[in-house]
Amino acid sequence: MNMVLPSAISATPNGTTRPQVRIVIVGHVDHGKSTLVGRLLHETGSLPDGKLEMLKAVSARRGMPFEWSFLLDALQTERDQGITIDTTQIRFRTRSRDVVLIDAPGHAEFLRNMITGASQADGAVLIIDALEGVRDQTRRHGYLLHLLGIKQVAVVVNKMDRVDFSAERFGEISDEISAHLTGLGVKPSAVIPISARDGDGVAEHTPRIGWYEGPSVVEALDALEPARPAETLPLRLPVQAIYKFDDRRIVAGRIESGSLKAGDEIVIMPAGKIARIRTVESWPVTPLQATQTAGRSVGITLDRELFIERGDVIGHVGQSPRDTRRIHARIFWLHDKPLSKGDQILIRLGTRETRATVVAIDKAVDPGALSNEETTSIARNHVGEIDISLAQPIAADPYHESPRTGRLVIEVNGRIAGGGLVLSVDAGQRAVPVDIVPVESALRADERSARYRHSGAVLWFTGLPGSGKSTLALALERRLFTNGGSPILLDGDTLRAGLNSDLGFSPADRSENIRRLAEIATHLARNGHLAIVAAVSPAASDRAAARRIADSAFREIYVATPAEICESRDPKGHYAKARAGSLPSFTGITNDYEPPSASELTIDTASRSVADAVDDIERMLARTGILFEEVADLAANI
Amino acid sequence: MHLLDNESGKARLRASEPRGGIKASRKILVEEPVTVASMDHLDELEAQSIYILREAFARLKKLALLWSLGKDSNVMIWLARKAFFGRVPFPAMHVDTGKKFPEMYAFRDRYAKEWDLDLRVEPCPPIDSVDPTLPPAARSAARKTEGLKLALVKHGFDGLIAGIRRDEEATRAKERVFSPRGLEGEWDVRDQPPEFWDHFNASPPQGAHLRIHPILHWTEADIWAYTRRENIPIIPLYLAKDGKRYRSLGDADITFPVASTASNIDEILAELEDTKVPERAGRALDHETEDAFERLRVAGYL
Repeated sequence: MNMVLPSAISATPNGTTRPQVRIVIVGHVDHGKSTLVGRLLHETGSLPDGKLEMLKAVSARRGMPFEWSFLLDALQTERDQGITIDTTQIRFRTRSRDVVLIDAPGHAEFLRNMITGASQADGAVLIIDALEGVRDQTRRHGYLLHLLGIKQVAVVVNKMDRVDFSAERFGEISDEISAHLTGLGVKPSAVIPISARDGDGVAEHTPRIGWYEGPSVVEALDALEPARPAETLPLRLPVQAIYKFDDRRIVAGRIESGSLKAGDEIVIMPAGKIARIRTVESWPVTPLQATQTAGRSVGITLDRELFIERGDVIGHVGQSPRDTRRIHARIFWLHDKPLSKGDQILIRLGTRETRATVVAIDKAVDPGALSNEETTSIARNHVGEIDISLAQPIAADPYHESPRTGRLVIEVNGRIAGGGLVLSVDAGQRAVPVDIVPVESALRADERSARYRHSGAVLWFTGLPGSGKSTLALALERRLFTNGGSPILLDGDTLRAGLNSDLGFSPADRSENIRRLAEIATHLARNGHLAIVAAVSPAASDRAAARRIADSAFREIYVATPAEICESRDPKGHYAKARAGSLPSFTGITNDYEPPSASELTIDTASRSVADAVDDIERMLARTGILFEEVADLAANI
Repeated sequence: MHLLDNESGKARLRASEPRGGIKASRKILVEEPVTVASMDHLDELEAQSIYILREAFARLKKLALLWSLGKDSNVMIWLARKAFFGRVPFPAMHVDTGKKFPEMYAFRDRYAKEWDLDLRVEPCPPIDSVDPTLPPAARSAARKTEGLKLALVKHGFDGLIAGIRRDEEATRAKERVFSPRGLEGEWDVRDQPPEFWDHFNASPPQGAHLRIHPILHWTEADIWAYTRRENIPIIPLYLAKDGKRYRSLGDADITFPVASTASNIDEILAELEDTKVPERAGRALDHETEDAFERLRVAGYL
């Protein structure tokens, strides 16, 4: 049996309680970041045996003077070009801290790598060449520290040996950078004159900077604090997955803020469903009684069966995140193609992934430039504020209220292309305005059930074009009607001719099409009917949204006929048109169909007759409590 | 539900008054003393690794965990069991050069059973099929890269979970947590995608795969401290015998012990406090030429 020590006993590797801080070194290319890192390692006695000698040998072999930066720029390409390409990490110790140093590239071309490195940091050192002064990348990095939420910044003015250790030159630079950072809401903790190459100001004060009275770099690092998980903020648990490895149905995720324990009453956003935490599951010891706090990866079970999925956010009742379909965000952009109004993007916020449209762009600027010239699109390495319309409602917080669930990334073609902070969420889009008063039907659901011998449901047929959805839907409609039921067919194409005639085939329009189908079908289901929906519905997220709307009334039937058979049938002639190039976003050809993984029923019409398939569907509906087989039970219900 | 919350709040208030109703008193009785599971350094590392493993499982279609049998991948398996509540829901793959220490094979066969792993042992091709311009030890190690490629084609994995760490070696320090690989398994160090705020690039192009590195942020000392805390079994070669022990395990013919008297994990941790010898000092393939290891990694080595 494996033991877990009580957490009161420290288990830091060195057996002490020294805090670990992660520090990123940023600044303009060639201002000496890697050199400072090399020097810091040397001054703090952190270099492995033989490393210095090896690097000296490498330098000699290349006929170059010894460079401290070789230590970190260990990749071949970086040694050859003398610049840092990617971010790297290295560790050392000061008097009171274990420090993880993150060296980030200063070259504009590698800003994505600077962001990768800096995003992991608790604090930052911004380095400036005393001779060159504040440059565009200095300003840009300063701005990005602000956008990345890094508030502890120490500034070092390097290469003081090149300006004869001039206090006056140091003062100029100090004033300029302090003004820039303060304008961004970042107050530097120190501004330090150094020569990384010679060692002045790094670990100790030397006579050459005798006029300087502040801390050395090592002392400044000693004063930086590790970022603490946000335990005191309201609970936010973004759902990573639902596991059903055994008879437990475990909702897994990491607590981003706040805390939870068994018995807590929670709300699942954006749907707003309420439940209670039954247990907190773990391994090898389970269940856990203690309160679990921010930073923990946990698994919980709930006291009732609810539809819950990856991307939902769990909060406490009364303190939940907002549900929204519209977000205002301040972002940085890293993609070659500028971000423009109308662009279709993919948003990741917490564990939620959703398609979205950029509906407005304002304040797009180059954070490296001195002037604030605004543009209408956000170019690579620039920043801006944007309005985003989401294809489905999501749970989100403004950044200033909840940093970890108030930031997002933007993906283009499967690659992260930008990210930023949620400035505000346009909440309440789904709320019922005060002047709308829903009128309930005069009939109760059980009155209808008694007549139809079924309860209301949404029967959702999904599958490739030509897979047989409409054929099955029609046959099912006939069968259910013959048996005295009340089926109603909602065909995607039919509705596009009227209700949905304003919608095209962009991902956002497709999502809206599905949402409307789901809303109508759910309305019918609530009134006791069997709403039969036949729609390709290729996106898993759209089908998940439909399931969320219809909730427990949703039954998904996946018509899994092989693609080549679908194409050979081609009942509407769409495949032929698409192959000829006149139907550009046709799902049968574009391969964007995402097969369901957990539908209530899967049917392959290549191997199953229509009548047999309809039998299968009836059995599934009976099994899952939609069709009543026992008439006597019904009578008892009336 | 605001109402409910307020109700219970009121109930507590009433209970503190002398004339508290029956319902209110019962409310007080069921309240337990609050214990909070506070987090230490190892808890933070563990939570982050579990998050990464769960992200990989949620976002990729066909995963495998690369089990090299060493201390790092054993910790990784342990973390996977924690992440998925006792069961590792993907295969553990051992790409076998056939030249490991006998103790390593014994360990594999025993714990594959005890931990109920879906073990896949995949062979490596002979040395003749490996780039002859590599120095000898690196060339020998590169067999594993070739074995890995064959296994990828055979099983069609789109994600390989690997136990590398940033503090091991300089090129590994530059890795992403989710690291995209080309169609031939190669690593494009010049064009790594941005990765921040625990959002990962998890969309490998058709036919390519991702490497997932759940313990990238751990150190050698972290691994040992966690192994000790969790009582994770280890291969005895890591403990000193006759003044020597292995700090890192690889192929028997190109891996060498370092001088050490550390005969248990406590002593290993004490030794690591002071040492300036790099962890992979005993791995010949790292040190033959300046860029040997980098060339291996760019070609797809772990």
